[in-house]
Amino acid sequence: MKTSLSGLIDESVTIIREVAAEFERPVLLFSGGKDSVVMLHLAVRAFAPARIPFPVMHIDTGHNFDEVIEFRDRCVADMGVQLIVGSVQASIDAGRIADVTGPRASRNPLQTVTLLDSIAEHKFDAVFGGARRDEERARAKERVYSHRDSFGQWDPKNQRPELWGIYNGRHRQGEHFRIFPISNWTELDIWSFIAEYNIDLPSIYYAHRRPVFRRDNMWMAVTPFLQPEANETVVEELVRFRTVGDATCTAAIESVATTVEDIIAETSVARITERGATRADDRMSEAGMEDRKRTGYF
Amino acid sequence: MERLRFATVGSVDDGKSTLIGRLLYDSKSIFEDQLEHIEAVSKRRGDDYVDLSLLTDGLRAEREQGITIDVAYRYFATPKRSFIIADCPGHIQYTRNMITGASNVDLAIVLIDARTGVIEQTRRHSLLVSLLGVPHLVICVNKMDLVDYDQAVFDRIREEFEEFASRLDLQDVTFLPISALAGDNCVTRSTNMPWFEGSTLLHHLESVYTASDDNRIDTRFPVQFVIRPQRSDFPDYRGFAGRVAGGVLRVGDDVMVLPSGLTSTITGIDSPLGPVEKAEPGDAVTLLLADDLSITRGDMICRPNNRPRVSQELEAMLCWMDDASPMQQNKIYSIKHTTNTARAKITDVLYRLNISNLHRETGVSELKMNEIGRVTLHTTAPIMFDDYHQNRSTGCFIIVDEATGQTAGAGMLLSPRT
Repeated sequence: MKTSLSGLIDESVTIIREVAAEFERPVLLFSGGKDSVVMLHLAVRAFAPARIPFPVMHIDTGHNFDEVIEFRDRCVADMGVQLIVGSVQASIDAGRIADVTGPRASRNPLQTVTLLDSIAEHKFDAVFGGARRDEERARAKERVYSHRDSFGQWDPKNQRPELWGIYNGRHRQGEHFRIFPISNWTELDIWSFIAEYNIDLPSIYYAHRRPVFRRDNMWMAVTPFLQPEANETVVEELVRFRTVGDATCTAAIESVATTVEDIIAETSVARITERGATRADDRMSEAGMEDRKRTGYF
Repeated sequence: MERLRFATVGSVDDGKSTLIGRLLYDSKSIFEDQLEHIEAVSKRRGDDYVDLSLLTDGLRAEREQGITIDVAYRYFATPKRSFIIADCPGHIQYTRNMITGASNVDLAIVLIDARTGVIEQTRRHSLLVSLLGVPHLVICVNKMDLVDYDQAVFDRIREEFEEFASRLDLQDVTFLPISALAGDNCVTRSTNMPWFEGSTLLHHLESVYTASDDNRIDTRFPVQFVIRPQRSDFPDYRGFAGRVAGGVLRVGDDVMVLPSGLTSTITGIDSPLGPVEKAEPGDAVTLLLADDLSITRGDMICRPNNRPRVSQELEAMLCWMDDASPMQQNKIYSIKHTTNTARAKITDVLYRLNISNLHRETGVSELKMNEIGRVTLHTTAPIMFDDYHQNRSTGCFIIVDEATGQTAGAGMLLSPRT
């Protein structure tokens, strides 16, 4: 039963159980993206045959790929978990945030307000996220138990020490922790797990034909939320998504990989990181992720 | 494939981040967009060469100051092993972050600048690595290119280190002459040092034998979570979930539960991937027992004839890590040990360890941030533990300040001095 992933699975399962034992109201962030899918599967395995003792939550920008929402709903129904949706549209309607406008508008940064409001509304004290340290240089610095003050802020210069496998979740009223049980997984580990345990994913992770246009050297999908500008030509290409997020800032890559095995083969020889290849949001500045995380982003 | 966790430690300018950049670069684990990014930053800053340390110094403040503040984790794999690197800060004020990175690794690389030799920070970090019980140590004498690849320099530093290390508890120490910047003996063999007959750093990392590092003798299973499905298809399931901290558990084994002392037999072991016949150190499993015993989180499952110590009076080496307030005797703190939480007072400081010269300083009543002392503690509930040198998982604990929530101290339990 030992596999190459055993050590990582053991570590993640231990973290998930520890949180369930010590926090009053945990929640697991679930977008339908591959990392959150793997995290949810690990949570299910951590408590089997009992059900997972916390709900899952999706922060929904309203700008989604249909395939992902369809998958999200099917997945939570199959696993018998409770889904909470935090809606960016609702935050806009309530006047908590102003919608962004213009041809390059993305609601991605708006998610932070909805996320923090949803955490406060449900009084969540531990929020599982599927972030991995190999994704991005600020994430490479973050603890497994990452403290957030009452403003939801991360203080990267003053993180709590975190030794051995002992985690300290002590916090004051109104503060919370972000918990990253798959911190030590790499993109290839995620795909190996998906292959080994036959994990179902949204179809857009696999190569398919779709109308796209070129922007900032990336293939962007044409959706109701993202239209090409006058000088951008729409073509149909064989593509897949290496990451899945808000449709306005997630790019596709050219690929012929239609199976998990194909994707593993492609990932093994990839010369560009997944976020570098596909995320417009990380390209904003040298410390784009760090700045967003400081104010409470995922 | 096996996974090796290692930490890089050493003083600020000894080239840790450059060494990691070198390992990643030469093993083709740096992606093009990452390289373009650091090339652009180096160019903008007017550096003469591409600064590989930008790969791991991910925080804005680190890049501004050109120093490492907190541990950065990096990942790479070769056909033989996959690696998790904890790149630890060298500055003395960030010692607690260095300890965070080095606390659970299989191996530590200590970098020494060939031009300066063993300095205070080398001794300090080696002592911490020794206290933390890191099983394997590699001393990399770096920047050999700047001393003309001179064997005499390497030999002198080696002797200097060995003289100091003889007073430490270090098990497996290897010395390598390298240049991280030029690439000598990192991934490929150096042609500049034909006098050196050892292997390259990467080869050493790929082949160091770690299978015997876990304690596979003394069975220890701290109960983390009780699994009781409230569902009609599993009416009688009561499983005790946790991570094996020592020994090997098998279906059919007789076990004892502490602190109650009740005994039973293992009837089943569920892993996250399904039922298994045995569980080894590090495995996250759920144990099923023959008898319906009262067992809760914080209990310890062991073998009837091989039990941990159980006591409310403890003795430990304690590293203080709270910058806001020093350790105070008789103040009430929280202690977290395995899955057990209790309250504790530090009743005495037996001595403070001078981490530069290893002198034991007595007559001390408090420990400030980054200071280490041998202390005695009194806890509100019995702690089931082993000597840290016998078992890292059941021999370690943290101290939490109840008012601020800060992780204020990290301790390694020891047998009381006779």
